[in-house]
Amino acid sequence: MGAKNVNVYLDNSATTKPCENSVIKALQMMNENFGNPSSLHACGFSAKKELDNARRVVSSFLGCEQNELYFTPSGTVANNTAIFGTEKARRRDGKKVVVSLLEHPSVLKCFETLEDMGYEVVYLKPDSSGKINLDELSNAVDGNTIFVSIMAVNNEVGSIQDISKIKGIIKDCKSKAYFHCDAVQGFGKLTIKPKKLGIDLMSMSAHKIHGIKGAGALFVSNNVRILPYVVGGGQENGLISGTESIPAICAFGEAVKDIGNVEKNLHNVQVVKDYFINKISTLDKVYVNSPEDALPYIINISVEGVPSQVMLNSLSSMGIYVSAGSACAKGHRSNVLTAMGVSPKSIDSAIRISLSKFTTENDMEMLYNGIIETINRVRR
Amino acid sequence: MKEIILIKNGELALKGLNRSTFEDILIKNIRKRIKPLGEFEYRKEQSTVSVVPMDEYIDMDEVSDRISRVFGIAAYSRALQVEKDMDVILEQAPIYLADQLKDAKTFKVEGKRSDKKFPLKSPELSAQVGGAILSKFPHLKVDVRNPDILVTIEIREKFAFIRGNQTKGAGGMPTGTAGKASILISGGIDSPVAAYMMAKRGLVLNAIHFASPPYTSPQSEEKVHNLLRKVSKYSGNICLLTVGFTEIQEEIRDKCPEELFTLIMRRFMMRIAQRIAENEDSKALITGESLGQVASQTLNALACTDAVVGMPVFRPLIGLDKDEIIKVSRKIDTFNISIEPYEDCCTVFTPKHPKTKPQISIIETAEQALDVEGLIDRALNNVTINNICF
Repeated sequence: MGAKNVNVYLDNSATTKPCENSVIKALQMMNENFGNPSSLHACGFSAKKELDNARRVVSSFLGCEQNELYFTPSGTVANNTAIFGTEKARRRDGKKVVVSLLEHPSVLKCFETLEDMGYEVVYLKPDSSGKINLDELSNAVDGNTIFVSIMAVNNEVGSIQDISKIKGIIKDCKSKAYFHCDAVQGFGKLTIKPKKLGIDLMSMSAHKIHGIKGAGALFVSNNVRILPYVVGGGQENGLISGTESIPAICAFGEAVKDIGNVEKNLHNVQVVKDYFINKISTLDKVYVNSPEDALPYIINISVEGVPSQVMLNSLSSMGIYVSAGSACAKGHRSNVLTAMGVSPKSIDSAIRISLSKFTTENDMEMLYNGIIETINRVRR
Repeated sequence: MKEIILIKNGELALKGLNRSTFEDILIKNIRKRIKPLGEFEYRKEQSTVSVVPMDEYIDMDEVSDRISRVFGIAAYSRALQVEKDMDVILEQAPIYLADQLKDAKTFKVEGKRSDKKFPLKSPELSAQVGGAILSKFPHLKVDVRNPDILVTIEIREKFAFIRGNQTKGAGGMPTGTAGKASILISGGIDSPVAAYMMAKRGLVLNAIHFASPPYTSPQSEEKVHNLLRKVSKYSGNICLLTVGFTEIQEEIRDKCPEELFTLIMRRFMMRIAQRIAENEDSKALITGESLGQVASQTLNALACTDAVVGMPVFRPLIGLDKDEIIKVSRKIDTFNISIEPYEDCCTVFTPKHPKTKPQISIIETAEQALDVEGLIDRALNNVTINNICF
């Protein structure tokens, strides 16, 4: 980051600043407790105990059993494990899978692979509010369907899916499909208890909630069975082989402890979001692409006449950091915004502002001023 | 016993009394390039330079890779330096050259004896080594006219040298023997190739890049660094001067006719580049232009940009097609960097219908709306300098 007098970080959906306790824990694990948890001596056992502690913390936050929680190196690996692990375990049960077009590439690309493998893939389109039509889901699922993947919160616009109804719909369709939910953007920001919501598999990532990079998790309900697609030393009960990144996983535990009250955070962030939306609503040719009922942590707007990258560079030079659409989709016109019916002109000037529980109205004020300054300079 | 590298000068041999100076510059360039890999000794003999490692653990593959990119080398070969003992030579030759010999069909051995006290004469030397090779690689045939592998055994004053086929070098003239010039580099495919081609003729380079934040991103500047890093593997270190160009582009956008935007912009670039070149003791400008490739590279357009420059402008790509340029960019490994999708200043505010047959008088009139000198002065006060080395 440039050495600027302001430093307003508004790209929290890409990654967050690790909280102090996460950093302390990770350092401690590297300096004092560096053993391999699979080793049988005291040094290894001590690391194993810390790993178990982290698992206890995260599983209790989710309201699940400890043996239902598997640590992964990232959200992407969690998604890949859920999808290919189900495929491996259930390839004889059916040849149809269902996925929403809102998904992150780490889910959508897996489905492209399934398509190449001969599966019938049904893609569910979002409507103009960024939501999946549940009737369409109900039409798509049948006895031949083995897998349904629908994310909790979209990473580009923040739209929230009604995931509590999905398992019910699958059952009503007389289907035994597993329901996988990519909760990377919703985890720690919305109350999501997978067992209560009927989720079979759920992906999470630590660095989106002030943990550090290198740890994610996959919830696998005890009611379902998936097979590993990465094999080796048999770590994580054989599901995800590879030496665990103990510093990142233990920091994950600390980050979860530090989440605090999810509903209270949500309310506070909503207030900050509303403050910003009120301010920009007076601006000419500035549009909010996120639906009104979206997760307030993610605000997608278009400033027509200012290309996304120019806005991003300009704000960055002022020490304000936002993202152009989704950070994972560099150089492509967003599928999600297109499906939501946003015009190409608006898409080319879309930016994603993503907040954290630490974002203040003052941060949004600076962003607002930065946007105005950029508009005055660039728009003709 | 150790492996050394024998280097054959290129055009240097043609340069009469200057040859020794040119050779010294070549050795200096080689030394700079391989010094980080360890200690070496350099020997000059006839038109050959030997690079002799003084340390057992030097990675000779890397040494030879770096030497393959030094300009002024026509060809080079790796050679095994051994004692002047026939038993050792007969034992080592088939082992050292095994990689080359096992895939070949024919070979020839050439014995050379500059130490006339050595007991065997050249033809006997060749015959004995040939016999030793044939006994290890019975599939080979001797072909004295056009062998796949030419094995050379040289008996010199202190040691004997065993070598196989030589490898073509980077050619050209040693960097620094032709003076210094400034390349205008954008981030596209062409300018790194132009830089490479002129460095090959012995020029030391410095580079001038125009950046227009916020319209261009820090990534596009980083891309230019990465491109120059690749070029510097051939040219040696390059000093990069990045000029803040935003104000000039905004002024042209606001005050001049849209269809003249690119031409007026390029005239500014040339003016600024010339000022920088003069300061840096650079005697020419280099661009990656190719005739007719885009609107600003038509004959008329080039005449308009050249009208503001008072020093030679080298355009080594002027007669090349795009695919020929791409071929070189792949060879010097810049192509994949060039095609990364970051905006550069040449693509900001590009007019929809640019003028292809501009008249200088019309451009000069349009420029009257601008404070040309003031803009140039401010741009020259907004230059950042980076030294790019491989």
